Amino acid sequence: MSDMVDQVLFRNRKPDRIATLEEYRAGGGYEAFARVLRENAPREVPKIIDASGLRGRGGAGFPCARKWMAVPEGGPFPRYVAVNSDEMEPGTFKDRVLIHADPHSILEGMAIAAFAISAEKGYIFVRPSYENAARILEREAERARDAGFLGKNILGSGFSFDIIVHRSGGRYICGEASALLKALMGKRPNPVKAPPFPTDKGLWERPTLVNNVETLANVPHIIRNGPDWFKGLARTPTGSGTKLYCVSGRVNRPGCFELPMGTPLSEIIEQHAGGLPEGRRFKACLPGGASTRFMTAEHYDIEMDFDSLASVGHRLGTAAIMVFDDRTCLVGVTLNLIEFFARESCGWCTPCREGIPYVRDLLWRIEHGEGREEHIPQLREMSRHLWNAYCAFAPGAASPVESLLTFFEDEVREHISQKKCPFGGR
Amino acid sequence: MAESAHPRELIVDVLLELQEHYGYVNDEAMSLACDLFDMTPLEIDELATFYDFIYREPVGKHVIHVCDSAICWMNGYESVLNLLSARLGIKYGETTPDGLFTLLPACCIGYCDRSPAMMVNRKVYGSLTPEKVDRILERCRNGGRPEESDETER
Ligand SMILES: Cc1cc2nc3c(=O)[nH]c(=O)nc-3n(C[C@H](O)[C@H](O)[C@H](O)COP(=O)(O)O)c2cc1C
Ligand code: SF4
Ligand code: FES
Repeated sequence: MSDMVDQVLFRNRKPDRIATLEEYRAGGGYEAFARVLRENAPREVPKIIDASGLRGRGGAGFPCARKWMAVPEGGPFPRYVAVNSDEMEPGTFKDRVLIHADPHSILEGMAIAAFAISAEKGYIFVRPSYENAARILEREAERARDAGFLGKNILGSGFSFDIIVHRSGGRYICGEASALLKALMGKRPNPVKAPPFPTDKGLWERPTLVNNVETLANVPHIIRNGPDWFKGLARTPTGSGTKLYCVSGRVNRPGCFELPMGTPLSEIIEQHAGGLPEGRRFKACLPGGASTRFMTAEHYDIEMDFDSLASVGHRLGTAAIMVFDDRTCLVGVTLNLIEFFARESCGWCTPCREGIPYVRDLLWRIEHGEGREEHIPQLREMSRHLWNAYCAFAPGAASPVESLLTFFEDEVREHISQKKCPFGGR
Repeated sequence: MAESAHPRELIVDVLLELQEHYGYVNDEAMSLACDLFDMTPLEIDELATFYDFIYREPVGKHVIHVCDSAICWMNGYESVLNLLSARLGIKYGETTPDGLFTLLPACCIGYCDRSPAMMVNRKVYGSLTPEKVDRILERCRNGGRPEESDETER
C-alpha cells in the first residue's frame, strides 16, 4: 500500500476532507514562501527549481525552471501565473485528488512561482465537473488571504499577489496551454501556435506562466527540503521527485497513488492498484492518458518515468495508467477514444476536423463486422495525416490508433476475418 | 465586473449565471450578455456554442450527463444509460415532457476511480449501480436534496 512510501504531495491526505490551513502550516506549510520572500531575489528561485530537475506534470514533461526563466527580466507588467486544472485527459484525475487533499500546497506553489517571475495575479482554470474543487480553492484562497499569505504587501515584503478561480465552460481543448489562455480572456479557445510563447506574450500580451497543478504543488516542498532531497525521491537516476499515478480500468483497486518517480509499472498495478481481477491477464495499458500509445506486456516491468518510457518509444503523459485485460477488445477501446477526440476537436484545422471522424468511421466498421482488408492501410495513412494538424491534439488522437495497428494488428484482422468483434463488443 | 481590468474574462461566469436564471442561454440571455460585454450576438454565440456545459437549447430542471469515455465504457456505462432511458422514457439529447430531466453524454469527468460515473446539475455521482441511479432520480423528482455526491476524497 501507499503508506509504505514517503508521501510528499499526499502527506496530508485524509479520508473525506481537505487539509486545513492550520494542518498545512503545522507541517511547514508557507515556510518556503516566507523564506523566499525574506532571503531570495526572484531570479534565484528558478535556479533552485532547476537543480531539482522538476519536470512539468501536465503531460509534456517540460523542465519547469526553464519555462520560468524564459520570462524576460525586462518584460512588461503586469505578469500572470495560470494554473492548468482542466484535467480533461481521459483516465486522469490526479489533480482532483490533490486539490481535495492539500489545496494550500497549490496556492503556495503559485505564490512562489509568481514571486519568481514578479507576477501579481494568478488564475486557476477549473473544469465544470470539478466544481467542488473550484469551491475548495476559492475558500482556501480566502483563508490564505486572511492569514496574510495572499494580497497586498505579503508578510511585509512589498510583494503583492492574488488568486482568482476561473470556471471553464467545459471543453478538452481548453487544457492546451494557448487555448487555456484564450479561454481565460473570454475568447473562443482555439489554440494558437508559438511563437510568441506565453512567457513572452500570454494573457493580455503580458508574460504568463502556464503550469499544471501537480507541478506547482511540488515547488514549496522543493524549496523547503532542497533540490537534492527532491532528486533523491525518484527511483531512477534521471528522474526526480514523486509522481501521482492514476490507475483505472481492469484493476481491483483503481485510485491515485503517490509513488517515487520511476516506480515499475508492475509494482504500481500489483502492489498499489490491487492487481487485475482473478483470472484476467494484463494485455496492454495506456501509460499516460488517451493521448499516449498502447504499451504491451513486453514493458510490464518498465520504470514509469519520462526518460524510461521515451527510450522505448512511449510517453509518460499524465501518468494516468488505463489497464486493459485479455478480455477487453482494443478495437472497441480505440473506437471509444476516437469518439472522444472527434467530439472534442475544436474544428479549427482540416486534418483534425475531417480526419478524426474518418478514422472513427473506419474503426466503427471494423468493430461492427463491416471491416475490409484495405481499411488497415487506410487507418495507418489517416493517423499519419493527423500529425499535420495545427496543434498537439490530433497527434494525441493518432497515438492509440497507430499503436493499435503496430502492436495489435492481429486483433484488428480477426475482426475483419470473423466479420464481428471476437470479444462480443467488449 | 466593474472591478475587473478585463471584464471579458468573466463572460463564461456570466453565461453560466444567466443559464442558472433562465434554465438555458435563451435569446433574452444572449441580448443581456451582448449589452453587458459590448459584444455582437455572433461573438457571444461563438463562445456559448463552444462549451459543453453552456446550453443554447432548453433543458430540463435536472441535466444528467452520463460519462461515456473509455473507463466508463469498460465498466458498463451503457447499462446506466439504458436504465436512465427506460426510467425517463427519453434518449440522449432529449428532455422529458414534464421538463424535469435532460439526458446528455459527457466526456471523462475525471472520476475514473469511481466509474461508471455521471453528473446531475454539475454534481458528480460515481460507482453507479441501478439502485443508486434510482435513488438519485427519486430525490430529483421529490425536489429534495440530491443524495450525497461523490466529490469528497476517500
Ligand atoms: C489537447 C491538450 C490538452 C491538454 N490538457 C491539459 C490539462 O488538462 N492539464 C494540463 O496541465 N496540461 C494539459 N495539456 C498540456 C498543456 O498544454 C501544458 O503543456 C501544461 O499545462 C504545462 O504545464 P506543466 O509544464 O506544468 O506540465 C494539454 C495539452 C494538449 C495538447
Ligand atoms: S488539431 Fe484539432 S484541436 Fe488542434 S487546432 Fe486543429 S482542429 Fe483544433
Ligand atoms: S472514463 Fe468515465 S469518469 Fe473517466
